[in-house]
Order: sequence, then structure tokens, then C-alpha cells
Amino acid sequence: MSETQLRTPFPQRAHAALGDAHLQEALTIATTKFIGLRKESFAGYPAGEALRDRARAIKEATLQRLDQHLERLADNIERLGGHVHWAATGDEARDIILRLCRDRGVRMAVKSKSMATEEIDLNEALEAAGVKPVETDLGEYIIQLAHEKPSHIIAPAIHKTKGQVADLFSKELGGRFEADPEVLTAVARKELRQKFLEADMGITGANFAVAETGTIVLVTNEGNGRMVTSLPRIHVAVMGMEKVIPTMTDLMIFLSILARSATGQKLSSYTTLVRGPRQPGEVEGPEELHLILMDNGRMRQVAGTLREALYCLRCGACLNVCPVYRQIGGHAYGYTYPGPIGILLTAMLEGTGAVKDLAHASSLCGACKDVCPVRIDIPRMLVELREQVDREKIAPWGERMLFGLARRAMASSALFRLGARLGRLAQRPFVRNGRLQGLPFFFGQWTRTRDLPPVAARTFSERWKDLERP
Amino acid sequence: MKASIMITCLGEMFFPEVGVAMVKLLRRLGVTVDFPPGQTCCGMPLFNSGYHHDAALVAARTVKLFAQAEHVVVPSGSCAWMVKTEYPGLLKDDPALRTQAEALARKTHELSQFLVEVLGVTTVASPFQGRVTYHDSCHLLRGLGESRHPRTLLQAVPGCELVELPGSDECCGFGGSFSVRLPEVSTAVLDKKLANVESTDAKCLVACDAGCLMQMGGGLTRRGSRVRALHLAQVLEPGEIA
Repeated sequence: MSETQLRTPFPQRAHAALGDAHLQEALTIATTKFIGLRKESFAGYPAGEALRDRARAIKEATLQRLDQHLERLADNIERLGGHVHWAATGDEARDIILRLCRDRGVRMAVKSKSMATEEIDLNEALEAAGVKPVETDLGEYIIQLAHEKPSHIIAPAIHKTKGQVADLFSKELGGRFEADPEVLTAVARKELRQKFLEADMGITGANFAVAETGTIVLVTNEGNGRMVTSLPRIHVAVMGMEKVIPTMTDLMIFLSILARSATGQKLSSYTTLVRGPRQPGEVEGPEELHLILMDNGRMRQVAGTLREALYCLRCGACLNVCPVYRQIGGHAYGYTYPGPIGILLTAMLEGTGAVKDLAHASSLCGACKDVCPVRIDIPRMLVELREQVDREKIAPWGERMLFGLARRAMASSALFRLGARLGRLAQRPFVRNGRLQGLPFFFGQWTRTRDLPPVAARTFSERWKDLERP
Repeated sequence: MKASIMITCLGEMFFPEVGVAMVKLLRRLGVTVDFPPGQTCCGMPLFNSGYHHDAALVAARTVKLFAQAEHVVVPSGSCAWMVKTEYPGLLKDDPALRTQAEALARKTHELSQFLVEVLGVTTVASPFQGRVTYHDSCHLLRGLGESRHPRTLLQAVPGCELVELPGSDECCGFGGSFSVRLPEVSTAVLDKKLANVESTDAKCLVACDAGCLMQMGGGLTRRGSRVRALHLAQVLEPGEIA
């Protein structure tokens, strides 16, 4: 999201999203479908719950020896003839790719869907360097045509209706296309075929990388990942350092729950395993393979409050069930990663200051934790972020004063009772039909759309005196 | 059996009738009820907004108030969850307090859980009549893992017809301070919930959490809906429906 958009306060961004009828329609349809598919998939998979526990345990164990697993991964990739680059920051990761492009005369790069490259605004950097990036995942292709950013971790164009996509294709590609997903997919497929053949470089993310074998794993539903990793002469994979897993057995456990959580599939249509560049005697595959291991704020969280967020598989399930995400969609969050996990990842990448509003963009309903394949306790970490916001005194002073008052009232029953009595007096002008309406100050945030019950004529403590003497 | 009422801040000020219904119900079931004086709030609003130091002070106070209690019964899933899951952690720096907090956590029960698990009661005689639907409060459902007991108790009331609420496990949009920090989002979530409620043709919407009842009840009356928001205790003890 651009700087200007980010300067709009979060509540206003949310307001705009709530008023966007297309967005509301698209979000309701898509998230409801995802929720149903996931539920159905796990309902028919009794082993799923235990596998989730195991997956979580593997993630935790891997974090405890992360350096060793990463070194082993790097050794194995290099042994297979690949190159490994260590990037401390997003800038470094971007520079490594730009240097490769420059040194090897790359003019066009095809991309498979990757949030890690979104995280570092790679497309913009490539364009500025004279390299044409072409997104080949259908959703990413749509938003690239629309000059937008993904609004969902796995369904980047979730915010668009098929009618909007038809209009976009008609305008950008020339022609009149009907709002039929099959027709539109065929259009994109035809456009993309030639690009796969022309491109000098294929850029991907990595869903996993297996340390013991040096295997980079891509999970897709369109087969574009396979084309991106095999047709161009150079393959570059960008991966957050936390994505390494120890063994192929571990991989099987993650694959058994990843697609179920994301789309309700047993497995995604394609699982692409890349092991090194083209070997002597092989007829396909890239001449060069580069893996970029990116830190970008992750490693300091290995011992930080956001540690558990490093378990994340990027399945998007927590977005689909989040009541806030379902209402406002991904763009209103304002950063690369939206939804409940996105708030944590934004704090990881951009610092606590960036999420002082977003940390409160959750009712703490816990639906996210419930569906997370590795049971990340997202609500707890959101509360911890709020605590940091409080400790660093970046919460607004008015709020801090209000909570200071609340704390005093909660610490003294005399003050608490006084509060009830004052409330009873102050509320008089606002009682209509036995309910409070049109309250002033911040209470108005409530009564604009909802009634509030008045402070009772007799509180429970007062009524207890009668109950005591039956 | 003896039980102490933890009335909660919302119960004390806005929903005293729920507390009264609960007391009468428990007495009818043979429980000796007391009400330790000096209660305020469990501190969850402070905790959820990140004011953990302040929340710990409130928790320490509550722990002492209920030190003598045999059982503590709470008419709100979220407050029960707060006491049961967050108090020990908040008071971890003081070993004596922590031990007391752990003891309180063990003996604290949300009302429906107390009725079924502690008293062993699954049928309560009640003259209540009508079609109702039930909303699963987030902290009771996902925090305390409870979805069965309230339904069992409702179904056992002869005049009460329980119809399932579509999306009953989805948040009502309350979320404490969330409801006033992001009032528009909170209301949009509520609108979805209330559309589902209206679709059931129920005359009452039942829940076991004062926060959700305040949100959903406030939305229902503002829309001029004929559906009443009620606490489970009011269905089981209908003398206290105002």
C-alpha cells in the first residue's frame, strides 16, 4: 500500500471497505466457501487433529535448532550445484536479485505466487531496473493487471468479483470477455504461455525447504509453479528463514494439513519439489538455481514475543474465519500480510509502532487459533502486542487516561459504586423506552448503532440485601 | 453445597436481574449462595487492552475476595475464562498469590458448567414457553470448550423449543473495547449475527455472556426487533424476565 493510503487512519480505511459493495459481495462469497470447504475436509479426516499437533511440535523443534537446519539446507543445495544467498533485510534480498538480473542480462522474469516477494516489493524494484516481471498465478496476474496488491495470502484477488475481472481483462487485454471464470482463465492462460517461453528468469517463493535433501517445495493449484521452475534458464526462490523443515517425513505431515486448511483439498493440484538445477544428463530444469534465505525481522523473534508466528504456513485459514477480515478484506490492513496472522507478521517486519491500531483490529474471538493448522495462539500474541503498545506509551493519551480511571474504579468497590450512582444520574437525559441512546463522548461510538442498557435502578449489590433476607 | 456469586461488572450494573435469577435458581437446586462484598470487575477490559500491570492488581484483589469460597459461579463465560486461564499467569511473580489464583481458577465455574458438571443437573423445571435460539459466546465456546451444556439445559425445559442459530459459533462483534474502538466493524459483524437470528423465527436469543447480550440486545432493540436477548439463567428462572 502506498504511503498516502497508509496515512489514512485505519478506522477510515475500514470504513471505506465496509462501504464497498463489490468488496462485500466478493468477500462474503469467498470466505464462506473457504470456511465450508475447510470444515468438511477436516470432518472427513480423523487423523487431522493429531497431525496438527505433530506439525506444531515439528515447527517448535525446528526453531530450537534453526541455525543447524539452515546450514544443512544450504550445504545440500550447494552440493546439488545451487547457490545460497543470505539476506539480513528485504533490501539485501532485493539487491541480490537485481544483481543477478544485471549480471545475467535478464529482461523478463515470470513469477509464481510468493508473499515473500510481495513483502520486499520486488515487482516495483524489477520494473525500475528495466526487468519486466510477469505474475503467472491467475489471482496475481489479475492484480498485476489492475496495479494492485494481494488482499489475501493465498487468494490475492479475493476482493474482486468475476464481473470486475471480466471488465479488467476486457480493458487491459483488448476484447469483450464475459464474466465466466472458465473463459477468463483461458484468456490468461493464452497470454501467459508465450511469457513462460520468453522469460530469462523464474522467481518463486517456497512453501517449505527440506534441510536433509535440499529440496525446495512449492504448493500450487495451477501448475504455473512447475513452469516457472523449469522453463527459464535461471530459477530464484525467495524464502523466509523460518520455512526450513528438517526431513521429508516432516514434509508429508505438513502437506497433509496445509491444503486442507487453505482450500479444503486433500493436496493441492500440484506439489513441486525442486532439487538443484539441471543435472548432467537431465533434459529439463534451469541452468542455475538460487535460494535466497531472508531474515527481514524474523530471527530476532526466535527469542521474541512473536516466536509462535514463525510457525505460520501461510495457509490463510485465519483470514477466512476472522470476523474483522471478513468485513474489511485485506487492503484495509495496509500492509503485505493481512488478517490476524498478518497483524503479527507486520509487527515482526515493521515493528510494534506499525500495529498500534491494527493490534486492536480483533475482537479476540479466537476463531483464528481454532483453525490454524499449527494452532498458533494469535489472540494471545495480539494481546501481548497491545501490552507492548501500552508499555511503550504509544497508545493515545486519552485512552491511557480512561483506562487509568477504569483501573482505579476496579481497585476500589467504593469508587465502583460511586461510578454506578453517577452513571444513574448522568444517563437520565438519554433514556428512551428504557434504553440509552445518543450518548455523548466515546459512549457515542456505541449508541450510534446500538442501544445500551441503562445502569439499573438497583444494582445487584443493592438487590442482594433483599435476597439475603428471604 | 455452597457457592459464591461472582456477579461481574456488567451483571452488577446493567443486568442485576440475571444475578437474581441465578441466585434463585441455585437456591432452588439446594445450593447455599453467598455474595462476597466488594466485587468490581475481573479486569478483563484492562487485560485485553494491554494494561497487564493494572489487570494484575485487579486480579490480586479478586483472588483475595474469593479466598474463602467453596465454588465460585459466574454468569459470564468470558469472565470465567479470565479467572481460569489468565489470573495465574498475571500473578506469576508472587508465588503465594499465584497459588491462590490457581486455587480460584479450579473452583471457578461458568453457570452452565457449574449446573451440569458440579451439581450434575441436566434438567431444570421452568415454566418458560417459546422458541429460542442459542449464541455460542467466543470465550465460553473456544476458551472453555463449552457448547453442549447450555443447549442440554435449554432442551430440557418442556416449553422451550431450541432451534440452531446459523453461524452460532461466529463472534457477535462485541470484543470489549473493540466495540467502541472500531464501532463500524463491530456493528457490521453484529448485523450478520442478527440477520441469522431473525432467520430462525425465535422469540428469544439466549447466551451465557453479559458482553454478547449487551451487544446483541442493544442491536435488537435498536432495530425494533421482537426478539429478546436473554441470559440462560432467565430461561431457567423466568420470574426475572423484566
